[in-house]
Amino acid sequence: MIQELWPPFDARLLLRRRKAYLRDLRQRAGLLPLRIAVLGGWTSEEVVNLLELFLLERGISPEFYQSDYNRYYEEAVLDPSSLEAFRPQIVYIHTASVNLRRYPPSSATESEFKAALRGEMERWEQIWSSLDSRLGCQLIQNNFDPVAGVLGNLDASSWGGRGHFVARMNIELAGHARANKRLLIHDLHGVATQLGRDQWAAPERWYSYKLVTTAQGSGALAYSLAALIGAVVGKSRKCLILDLDNTLWGGVIGDDGLEHIHLGRETPQGEAFTAFQEYCLELHRRGVLLAVCSKNEEEIARTGFQHPDSVLRLDHFAAICANWEPKSENIKAIAAQLNLGLDALVFVDDNPAERELIRAQLPEVAVPEVGSEVSRFADILNDGGYFEPVALSQEDLERGRLYATNAERHTMQARYADYGEYLQALEMTAEISPFRPAYLDRIAQLTNKTNQFNLTARRYNRAELEHMAADPQFLTFAGHLRDRFGDNGLVSVVIGRKDGRRLHLDLWLMSCRVLKRDMEAAMLDALVERASAAGIKEMIGYYQRTSKNDMVAEHYARLGFTRFAAEDPAGEASEWRLSLEEGYHPRNRYIRSEEISDV
Amino acid sequence: MSDTLSRLQPIFRDVFDDPTLDILPGSDSSTVLGWDSLAHINLVSAIEQEFGIHFALGELEEMRNVGEMTDLIDRKCAAR
Repeated sequence: MIQELWPPFDARLLLRRRKAYLRDLRQRAGLLPLRIAVLGGWTSEEVVNLLELFLLERGISPEFYQSDYNRYYEEAVLDPSSLEAFRPQIVYIHTASVNLRRYPPSSATESEFKAALRGEMERWEQIWSSLDSRLGCQLIQNNFDPVAGVLGNLDASSWGGRGHFVARMNIELAGHARANKRLLIHDLHGVATQLGRDQWAAPERWYSYKLVTTAQGSGALAYSLAALIGAVVGKSRKCLILDLDNTLWGGVIGDDGLEHIHLGRETPQGEAFTAFQEYCLELHRRGVLLAVCSKNEEEIARTGFQHPDSVLRLDHFAAICANWEPKSENIKAIAAQLNLGLDALVFVDDNPAERELIRAQLPEVAVPEVGSEVSRFADILNDGGYFEPVALSQEDLERGRLYATNAERHTMQARYADYGEYLQALEMTAEISPFRPAYLDRIAQLTNKTNQFNLTARRYNRAELEHMAADPQFLTFAGHLRDRFGDNGLVSVVIGRKDGRRLHLDLWLMSCRVLKRDMEAAMLDALVERASAAGIKEMIGYYQRTSKNDMVAEHYARLGFTRFAAEDPAGEASEWRLSLEEGYHPRNRYIRSEEISDV
Repeated sequence: MSDTLSRLQPIFRDVFDDPTLDILPGSDSSTVLGWDSLAHINLVSAIEQEFGIHFALGELEEMRNVGEMTDLIDRKCAAR
């Protein structure tokens, strides 16, 4: 990580040294290419320049298309040919309140206000529907930053109030985004408000360059947008690792004892720690994994969560490492235990020395500069945009419980000498179906963040997956696994592309949560069944090595495919075939297939 | 080299990513490769930061070459 590219960054300094940063960042391995079209209602270059830095830092290598200045409507609706030729994966509509045309007059009546609202909304709806029908890709629309009218406080409530009008516009936008999964709102209003008017807007730059923002305003916009784009392509982080003493409670539990740590409503200090625990619990509830990494005796550390005012309980944590080993070793152990890459982790510790050490030793781990004041921790974590979600899937809401039931499975496994007996005893059932609308969010999420059990690591966004689900040229498979301990959720995705009597397996991935459960065999059985019914005679599987998917190098060999492409000496890529004409014997022995319910 | 010019030198080298760039009072967009309107905006914000000054509307157009920049910077710093 380049610390200067994370909050609190100095956008003017980043712009000044941009080219040097770019040289460093572009040398990184494994960057994800992404084509982003920017339709500007105001000058976009400064924002795009900063966005490029922030995206590269998040592992994304963007290629940009920028519309001519203030041609966003024309390029979206009237003449989208050059935009179409660029084939964007994301279209970002870079507009702001300066692009609103129909403010109601300050003397406006209710009906004039509503007419202005309707007229304005029609124009934006036209833009989205045109882009949606022509490109079918992910749209990101800025909402509108605050404006000042001439009505003082009345501006917020009267039919002639500009502030009132902008607020209503933003509510309308939000409604459209809830109804249309391909439209995401970038909260420009929130970015501007948080910065404050004079830090956000620079009227002299508007008149000189048609730039709405100060340099720092452009930076805040670009940073927030980078977090959102990162989330769209699955680069959001997944696990928050927390120190204990003076991070989750005040004081040192080993020295002060359970009864003397600060927590609860009795003191201002205790209240601040409790509030931070509540914030962490909220993250847990929306699917961020929590872990502990603390220098402590484990026995004593655990007692902290028995404090009567502790909001967090032991079972909220997916992993607990409390010992005297270096924290870098413990963080690596947590990553291994949870099957996560280091780049999925965020580490919070009040001790600046520990933060510096982790930054130096594990540069992929995000270590926000939280300071030592717990009352600020939540805001600083929010500012970082580390856990940015695009949408909350059922999976996110249940993830904490999923990890808890995994612990029960481990206990049971220990009771069986034979692994096959264990699998039998799990009483697994699988539902393997084509992509269905209700699951598209989860499928997109899994497709973008699965790194280890992923044969080709191709990334598709929700719009692309939706398209493939409807296209008869593709056979799509989504596998859902249940067992006696509960529902593991949607855990495996395969995409087959028909080519005459052949089926090319462009994508095969599985969540590491269900490794070694025979789920891949169940998926193959389902694949063969549906492919045969579609007249397919041969399936072609591909393996493309990445920095993280060594575990599946022999996946197709294990399933009985034969390798046919010429050996490539580095073992970077291989191709495998399975004939369906020679009689297929089902491979899976432990998973019963379930009737597919209609969704 | 004036003090102001010597403080401008590293800004130009950063913005144009050229550690060997040497600017002179007569340097302008025709002699410095890549000095387009966007680079100009970057220069202006870096100068404001370096000298702790803020350019007003009309002043942004006054700075067509390095000499005009140093003159304006000196005037603004003196007026502070």
